[in-house]
Amino acid sequence: MSDPSKEWPLWEVFVRGKGGLSHRHAGSVHAVDAKMALEHARDTYTRRMEGVSLWVLPSAQIVASDPGDAGPLFEPAEDKVYRHPTFYKIPDGITHI
Amino acid sequence: MDVIATYALRLGDDSLILGQRLSEWCGHAPALEVDLSLANIALDQVGQATHFLNLAGELEGKGRDGDALAFRRDVMDFTNCLLVEQPNGDFAQTIARQFLFSHYQALLFEQMAAVKDTRFAAIAAKAAKEVAYHATLASDWVIRLGDGTDESKARMVAGLAWVWRFADELFAMDAADAAAIEAGAGVDKSALRGAWDSRVDAVLAEATLARPAPHRATTGGRIGRHSEHLGHLLSEMQFLQRAYPGATW
Repeated sequence: MSDPSKEWPLWEVFVRGKGGLSHRHAGSVHAVDAKMALEHARDTYTRRMEGVSLWVLPSAQIVASDPGDAGPLFEPAEDKVYRHPTFYKIPDGITHI
Repeated sequence: MDVIATYALRLGDDSLILGQRLSEWCGHAPALEVDLSLANIALDQVGQATHFLNLAGELEGKGRDGDALAFRRDVMDFTNCLLVEQPNGDFAQTIARQFLFSHYQALLFEQMAAVKDTRFAAIAAKAAKEVAYHATLASDWVIRLGDGTDESKARMVAGLAWVWRFADELFAMDAADAAAIEAGAGVDKSALRGAWDSRVDAVLAEATLARPAPHRATTGGRIGRHSEHLGHLLSEMQFLQRAYPGATW
């Protein structure tokens, strides 16, 4: 096992599939800086024409919600079914909704 | 083989042999991400080889396709430059080889994309984008290793010192080159040297590396005079077709 303190820092990778779509989380790469992170993201996550644009950001910069707070954070939304736009008919041929 | 076919063959052989060399890194690179970087470059090179070798076979007109040219020729019939057949060495030596070659290929294909012969121009236009990225990636690593630790710098210096002797051959011209230019298919490689020198020197400066001392050029690849390394590479690459001639899957 390699020494974790010598591992390259982790970066989160976001890929925009095509113009007009938002960047989506694709995975992560190891890299020593932003430039290398972009190159590694390109080589790892856009090999099969997955993207037209890339974002990378240091994983350490992500602020995550506490799983212990999941109840108060998310459960109150469970009975608010009227917030879902499910009462509309979506025309045929509309994608990426 | 006529000279234009020979010209296509040389381009294809360069890409094929470098692609095969780089694929040896698969599973062995310093990091998973670097493994993918090198494999991607290898696949780009093999793709270029497929186009150029198929074209060479077509121009030759004897019914040989790219596969036949790749897998059923012996070492003396290969026309790649000596640089691409050199062993990978350590990561720095692989990067040094890629650095010299990708900057050469980038300049070559930029020019070739505009030649009159649309068959060569089309392959070059596609390849130009691929090799521009290879040149950037290799340059970034030269800078990281050169301007890195004492260890990485020493390895980068050694890697560059080894490959430097094979640089002149990239720009050497002969009758096939002249004929290809005359036919509107080729590029004056000797005219690329100035731009190559400035691109390479700019990266070396940023990497805090000195340009390696001039070394007597080692040449001969274009006429089939290869280092002992190529035969070993071919014995691995061609094993299946040698053991089971005509095998398909």
